[in-house]
Amino acid sequence: MAEHHDAPLRLGGRTFGSRLIMGTGGAANLEILEKALVASGTELTTVAMRRIDATGGTGVLELLGRLGIEVLPNTAGCRGAAEAVLTARLAREALGTAWVKLEVVADDRTLLPDVVELLDAAGQLVDDGFVVLAYTNDDPVTARRLEDVGCAAVMPLGSPIGTGLGISNPHHIEMIVGAAGIPIVLDAGIGTASDAALAMELGCDAVLLATAVTRAEDPERMARAMALGVRAGRDARHAGRIPRRFWAQASSPARELT
Amino acid sequence: MKVQLNGIEHDVPDRSTVVDLVRLTAAPNTGIAVAVDGEVVPRTAWGTVVSAGATVEILTAVQGG
Repeated sequence: MAEHHDAPLRLGGRTFGSRLIMGTGGAANLEILEKALVASGTELTTVAMRRIDATGGTGVLELLGRLGIEVLPNTAGCRGAAEAVLTARLAREALGTAWVKLEVVADDRTLLPDVVELLDAAGQLVDDGFVVLAYTNDDPVTARRLEDVGCAAVMPLGSPIGTGLGISNPHHIEMIVGAAGIPIVLDAGIGTASDAALAMELGCDAVLLATAVTRAEDPERMARAMALGVRAGRDARHAGRIPRRFWAQASSPARELT
Repeated sequence: MKVQLNGIEHDVPDRSTVVDLVRLTAAPNTGIAVAVDGEVVPRTAWGTVVSAGATVEILTAVQGG
């Protein structure tokens, strides 16, 4: 099979060969995480910022450094714009990166984005020189507003974080993609490889996932499945799928014998 | 003097600096950041004396997202 040379992902002024962005959350230990990260082929991976004495050590940073994977700090757990902005600034100071996955959630039960706070925080961070990748709802209007304030990417959810319910509203994801002038990354809700493939078929530029891999029975194998799903979906998107038909259309020539 | 360090009240010597408080947590040398009363204190300013009653947060990166 001829190797297909796909265009790299362009994000925040950089390029990435892999269109799968991994999260590190949920892995039972660093050994399992390492195998999953390698199998996924990811070049960009999220970490969270937490109080030093609550967690013990910076093993995940050492791991990412050793694997040559870029660190993408998130603002997970932040409930308001002020908290998210401070967390992003602490991450920039601690990790030496101005990139941030901006996440401002409304409550623990849904973990759904609070878009009022999110837009406020996004504007502040863009003004402060951050490369903002904004985790948001699958709402085309919010996506447009986030692009307007200068986000480097908009990352709509497929379904709530950690649910594995896949893409609840594919049409909204397509509308977001259709209107966007910046990369769209499907973030959250992915359960299995076909969800990742669907995200790419809908036109997303990349997929971000963690739980679907880290909490799978075999994280390494699921990571590989996700990488393949993303590539398959990307190829399918650009291969020009056939139109859907109501009635059958024979794929063999008509029989001429009577 | 008393300071609130990562959510816990600590009794520390008067005129303790940010560096003194970082040492208290046995934090590694890299990959950490400090906020005092909601403002980031850049590493270059860690010699700053912390005032009594300050709220100090020392953060690092962990698995997440």
